[in-house]
Amino acid sequence: MTTPQTPAAAQPLLVADGLRKTYHLPGKDTLVAANDVSFTLPTGGSIGIVGESGSGKTTVARMLVGLVRPDAGTVRVDGRDRTAGRRRGRGERLARAREIQMVFQDPYLSLDPRLTARQCLATSLSLHDAAGAQGRIEELLDRVGLGSREAAARPHEMSGGQQQRLAIARALAVNPRVLVLDEAVAALDVSIQSQILRLLVDIRQDTGLALVFISHDLAVVQHVTDETVVMRRGTVVEQGPTERLLTAPENAYTRALLAAVPRRGWDPAAAVRDRGAAPAGGRRSGKAQED
Amino acid sequence: MLLDIDGLTVQLPGAARPLLADVSLRVAAGEVVGLVGESGSGKSTTAKAVLRVLPDDAAAHGRVTVAGADVLTMTGSALREHRARRVAMIHQNPRSALNPVHRVGDFLVERLLRTGDHDRRTARDRAVELLDRVGLNDPARRLRQYPHEMSGGMLQRVVIAGALAADPDLILADESTSALDVTTQAEILALLRDLGRRRETGMLFITHDLHLAAAYCDRVYVMYAGRIVEHRTGHSLFDHARHPYTRGLLDCSPELGISRPLRPIPGRPPSLADRADGCPFAARCPEAEPACETWTPRATELPDGGEAACRRLPEAAAATAGATARNNP
Repeated sequence: MTTPQTPAAAQPLLVADGLRKTYHLPGKDTLVAANDVSFTLPTGGSIGIVGESGSGKTTVARMLVGLVRPDAGTVRVDGRDRTAGRRRGRGERLARAREIQMVFQDPYLSLDPRLTARQCLATSLSLHDAAGAQGRIEELLDRVGLGSREAAARPHEMSGGQQQRLAIARALAVNPRVLVLDEAVAALDVSIQSQILRLLVDIRQDTGLALVFISHDLAVVQHVTDETVVMRRGTVVEQGPTERLLTAPENAYTRALLAAVPRRGWDPAAAVRDRGAAPAGGRRSGKAQED
Repeated sequence: MLLDIDGLTVQLPGAARPLLADVSLRVAAGEVVGLVGESGSGKSTTAKAVLRVLPDDAAAHGRVTVAGADVLTMTGSALREHRARRVAMIHQNPRSALNPVHRVGDFLVERLLRTGDHDRRTARDRAVELLDRVGLNDPARRLRQYPHEMSGGMLQRVVIAGALAADPDLILADESTSALDVTTQAEILALLRDLGRRRETGMLFITHDLHLAAAYCDRVYVMYAGRIVEHRTGHSLFDHARHPYTRGLLDCSPELGISRPLRPIPGRPPSLADRADGCPFAARCPEAEPACETWTPRATELPDGGEAACRRLPEAAAATAGATARNNP
């Protein structure tokens, strides 16, 4: 309350406003993957998007980075509309790529198998006309904790954790303002997962990078985000400060989701009973069957 | 004891360390026993040893018995009977357990016919009964559906129905809820508990999730690099874990509603190519001493009923001192 309002705080870094995406399924079915999704993210902020499979969280991530074109709504970074305009030149596309970068769940699939870690980073830098920055490559490798042995290794010679570190280094290469992480630690063993989470928290503190953290794991989201958006079947059912959302959820679905997370004194049967008591929310669409 | 694994060591030719080293583990009838570890720790290999589906060139030593029958020496019809009726396995991905071009009913009927207790007609009736028991509505219609017409949670119920078809004594659940949403996971876990309770089935519950195992299982074994490093009741794991690896896992796992900084375990688990003559965790352990690198881990019984295999435990030191005193009076 006593913090002075800085201009950066006055104007959010990232604004997602009324994002909507409908997919047309075989036959006449349609699936509303995201419906009227809005949130803002300040510079250096961190927001989590949680939900179960089919909730639309990945669709939102892809709309943010520009891999999916929204049917309606806008994504703004520093007030500039990223979603406007159909035809874009190479320069324009690269400029947008420098604003928001993405890290995917499976690092092996998102890395070129032929390139060593060092070549991978050099390629990314040269795309953005920053080639020859040998110092920058070493800086990035050092930042994510990859040593000289891994720098000369190809993805198949690395562990999953090392691959994900490289994917993060590649995303950081262009100094993005926002990093979108789509289940980026879900496939990693816990001891490695915590190393990556720690790395993200450190990078955020040191550089003011803003994070959009998409995950099905509420405990992980609690550790890395300030704000959280809860999605169910394409719709935002609740959003607010992560701490408040996890301790005093207002929505029945959020409560059911929290009750299902295993912890001390947890009983799955009680969690199921609680869920039965929760009224159905969101939208059913097409033939998707839920049990 | 329903499942009794005693000193099981499994070695592959060319590997620097064994897949499993001196693993001892027990599951009683009606009990849910957790087996926790990171990838490559040997959890799935342990389950495979119980079904005896280890690689052909693997050399296994030790004993594995299910209801008193020695699994490692079984042959022919006894082994078939063991795999088809005594033990059932539920894998992580139900979609790869079911043939996508066959109806769900075909999968269940085939299972039931193989038990030898049914003809086609009674098998069909029994299949409807099984689907009803695992909580699927309109079971007669479900039998005619294909796997792609069902959600992951529903398919996992079908796979569980298949596992129950032969009325097994022991269920091996290998990450069987890891791919499911949390709410669906809770439903499946409640179902498995309930079924186990009713039929006195024992379950070995394999997971990478220590919090899940601690919250769900009666007892939990923690594995690292092919060895059991700790064994204790599920509810005592959260606060009374003793092995540095178990405590490290707890410190680096985010816990819902509890905000504390995560303390990652440095380094990474050893691969099969890494030799481990002493304690395999020594290289990552905050409490390791040089002597740990040559100390062969063995379980020490703890006052609270748990067991841990760590040289640095005061109880382990006392046990060693006692043994030395007895040997050199």
